[in-house]
Amino acid sequence: MEKIKLTIDGLEIEAEAGTSVLDAALANDIYIPHLCHHPDLKPVGACRLCGVDVNGRMEMSCLLPVREGLDVKTNSPEVGATRQVAIELLLADHPQGCLSCGASLQCELLHIADHIGVDGERIERLRRPSEPLPIDNSNPFFSFDPNKCVLCGICVRTCEDIVGLGVLDFVNRGSRTVIGTFGNEPFIDSICESCGECVVRCPVGSLAPKRWQRPSHEVQSTCVYCGVGCGIYLGVKGDQVVSVRADRERPSNQGSLCVKGRYGYNFINHKDRLTTPLIKKEGQFVEATWDEALDLVAEKFADYKGSEFAALASAKCTNEDNYLIQKFTRAVMQTNTVDHCARL
Amino acid sequence: MAGLVTAFGSGAMTNSIQEIDNTACFFNIGTNTTHAHPIIGHRIRRAVNNGAKLIVANPKEIELARHADLFIQHQPGSDVVLMMGMARVILEEGLHDEAFIAERTENFAAFKESLAEFTPEYVTELTGVPWAQIQAAARMYATNTPSAIYYAMGITQHTHGTDNVMATANLALLTGNVGRASAGVNPLRGQNNVQGACDLGGLPNVYPGYQKVADPNMQKKFEEAWDVKLSPENGLTHVEIFNAMYEGDIKAMYLVGENPLLTEANANHVQEALERVEFLVVQDLFMSETAAYAHVILPAASFAEKDGTFTNTERRAQRVRQAIPPRGNSRPDWWITAQIGQRMSDHGFDFNAPQEIMAEVNQVTPIYGGITYERLEDVNGLQWPCPTTDHPGTQFLHQGKFARGKGHFSPLHYKPPFEQTDDDYPLLLTTDRSLFHWHSGSMTHRVAGLDVLNSEELLLIHPQDAAAQGIADGEMVAVASRRGALSVRAKVTDVCLPGVVSMTFHFPEAPTNVLTSSALDPVAKIPETKVAAVRIEKLAELV
Repeated sequence: MEKIKLTIDGLEIEAEAGTSVLDAALANDIYIPHLCHHPDLKPVGACRLCGVDVNGRMEMSCLLPVREGLDVKTNSPEVGATRQVAIELLLADHPQGCLSCGASLQCELLHIADHIGVDGERIERLRRPSEPLPIDNSNPFFSFDPNKCVLCGICVRTCEDIVGLGVLDFVNRGSRTVIGTFGNEPFIDSICESCGECVVRCPVGSLAPKRWQRPSHEVQSTCVYCGVGCGIYLGVKGDQVVSVRADRERPSNQGSLCVKGRYGYNFINHKDRLTTPLIKKEGQFVEATWDEALDLVAEKFADYKGSEFAALASAKCTNEDNYLIQKFTRAVMQTNTVDHCARL
Repeated sequence: MAGLVTAFGSGAMTNSIQEIDNTACFFNIGTNTTHAHPIIGHRIRRAVNNGAKLIVANPKEIELARHADLFIQHQPGSDVVLMMGMARVILEEGLHDEAFIAERTENFAAFKESLAEFTPEYVTELTGVPWAQIQAAARMYATNTPSAIYYAMGITQHTHGTDNVMATANLALLTGNVGRASAGVNPLRGQNNVQGACDLGGLPNVYPGYQKVADPNMQKKFEEAWDVKLSPENGLTHVEIFNAMYEGDIKAMYLVGENPLLTEANANHVQEALERVEFLVVQDLFMSETAAYAHVILPAASFAEKDGTFTNTERRAQRVRQAIPPRGNSRPDWWITAQIGQRMSDHGFDFNAPQEIMAEVNQVTPIYGGITYERLEDVNGLQWPCPTTDHPGTQFLHQGKFARGKGHFSPLHYKPPFEQTDDDYPLLLTTDRSLFHWHSGSMTHRVAGLDVLNSEELLLIHPQDAAAQGIADGEMVAVASRRGALSVRAKVTDVCLPGVVSMTFHFPEAPTNVLTSSALDPVAKIPETKVAAVRIEKLAELV
């Protein structure tokens, strides 16, 4: 890749040809406020927050490709004033109540306000009275609160460009513009597949999971549902799995998940889980210790070596589990009758 | 799998998921990709949005059909005819790859000869698809390269499933669309680790790494490696096992992580077989419908509670890591099997951790020879064949040379489904999967939100067939086949062809597989769950 040298705020940096000034700055730990930019999506320059000064002219840094010798100022008076107005207008149109918002510490709006510095009184003067719009709680896994929406369009582009489905678009015009499904129907009645790709990319908690707990730590693993084998991080709190997040580095899914992979983990902690060996006695299952159960199994299986025995391995189990089941069947039970549900 | 082994020498997906981005034409037949393999579905839709062509062939108008350049709704069981028709067009119009056929394939002449019977009239009559559509599909597939075929159980779950698979391979060989990036034949494997369970020998005719039981050299190899005497006889397959249990020939079973009472074809027969077995051990997460028949139940740890590896549909072995302690007194499956093994044998089961098992796998399984835990720390995992620890793994198969040497063309003829409609059972039932549930639902019915998104089984029926029986949308109906009956809510919709109805099999309340047929493909031994003759009646009239 061709390397390009440019200057941002007097610092000379290097960037690959074809990257935007915004990405180049972020890669070099120079923060430029931005709301509608997402690394997975093509830039659109909609939020007007990432403006920078290039020779006295304001350019949206997300749309500006790096050029040799480019001299960029991220905080000239003109740029600062534009940004100040943009963020104040956004905040004046945004509900308060950050403590109970699903976005909480991940809120980009909060992050930008913190970076730019805002005057609470000015924002309250700008705030105009308005009737709150109804919240769409129809989907079991996430809600959509249009009042919090900043119209960045990340959800629209995610569904179109990443999921390839195009459930969402801008509905209505002017100050009445909202994000909506076809016919502005509730999510549950749309063609939405509930994958949650838009939810995880929403910068402000307008699209937010209904149940969210921050895990204490995460463990890298692989999804248990279908054969795609998506990379995941299991979020753990205490002895419970409380979240699943996509692994962006894994080639099989590159940061995407489906509805089952992202939200379908509650079976792990479910009260119906079998938690002790059971032995059937007079038609009833009776709790047993591992030694009792394993001794019984070993004693009984010994009577059925050869063609009277069959094992079914499992396409849900690990490679190591399956290797041992077939080895046990062949080496101990003296038969090759071991199969699994590959044919189903 | 048997079909691709015949044609190419390996039954696995030829390409990798990432190659979807550069595929110019997709031919998806017998796969409801966006529901059964959602993230591959996303990626195909994305590629189509970026200009790739998409042909969808399915008896049902599935979600992906909305994104297709060409949607072919053919009669269930007519896949061979459809693809042989396409092959005929490709040859007649000179769209085949002569150099590829000459250099890398065999048996072309016999294949070409077998195309003679697939006249436009014959093909149209059996598939129900206009010849012009078959011509369009053939041209689209042959002229937009690299093109790739994707299929799943809609191809394999037939009594002639092996023929179906060979028909896909024929198309790829004919156009040279195999053995390079983004071009190939890709059977999408259903479960998270169905690929791995096959790779590691969870099959009655092969040891780990597809080394044949019937090969005396392989028998000797494993006898030496495991220090035991081994049986030279192939074992029984899934459906055969339940038949043998029913007949009383198999008397004891070790059943791990499956719920055949809901997922197996002809479920009533399975139930009777389970009632007859003398000693049944079930190892699972939940008390499943099948576990109720067990004599001993062993509680297994879930994937979040153990270490190990899964191998995905593109042959990529990836790490599974323990995140939380096993629930209650449950234990990882490998530990349980090792404990039973230790009690019955004085050697061979002394494992303390999954990586010790993988180390043994590395020794005896050439395609997994270099897949070690140390290397799997890399987020990319490793794609087999990966014979040595310095081998990078294999992104796509058959480059330069097929696993079996030459690609093998298979002459094919139309074979009707085993199951035929008649006056008593006039409709064809085909099974499908939901995006929101998984197999028998023992995991997904325990996630409240997924039950909200798909709360009950629905029988999809064409308005014409519904009208004939006076069935209204949303009404409960009785469905009966030659093997069983159930009641289910009807959804009147034109996504099915007239004469064809469709159900998933995720709901214990409406156990679809009591209806399906366990007639087997003679080679692959896969049951014909995609075609069952049924009749539908208003509920009041049947009782």
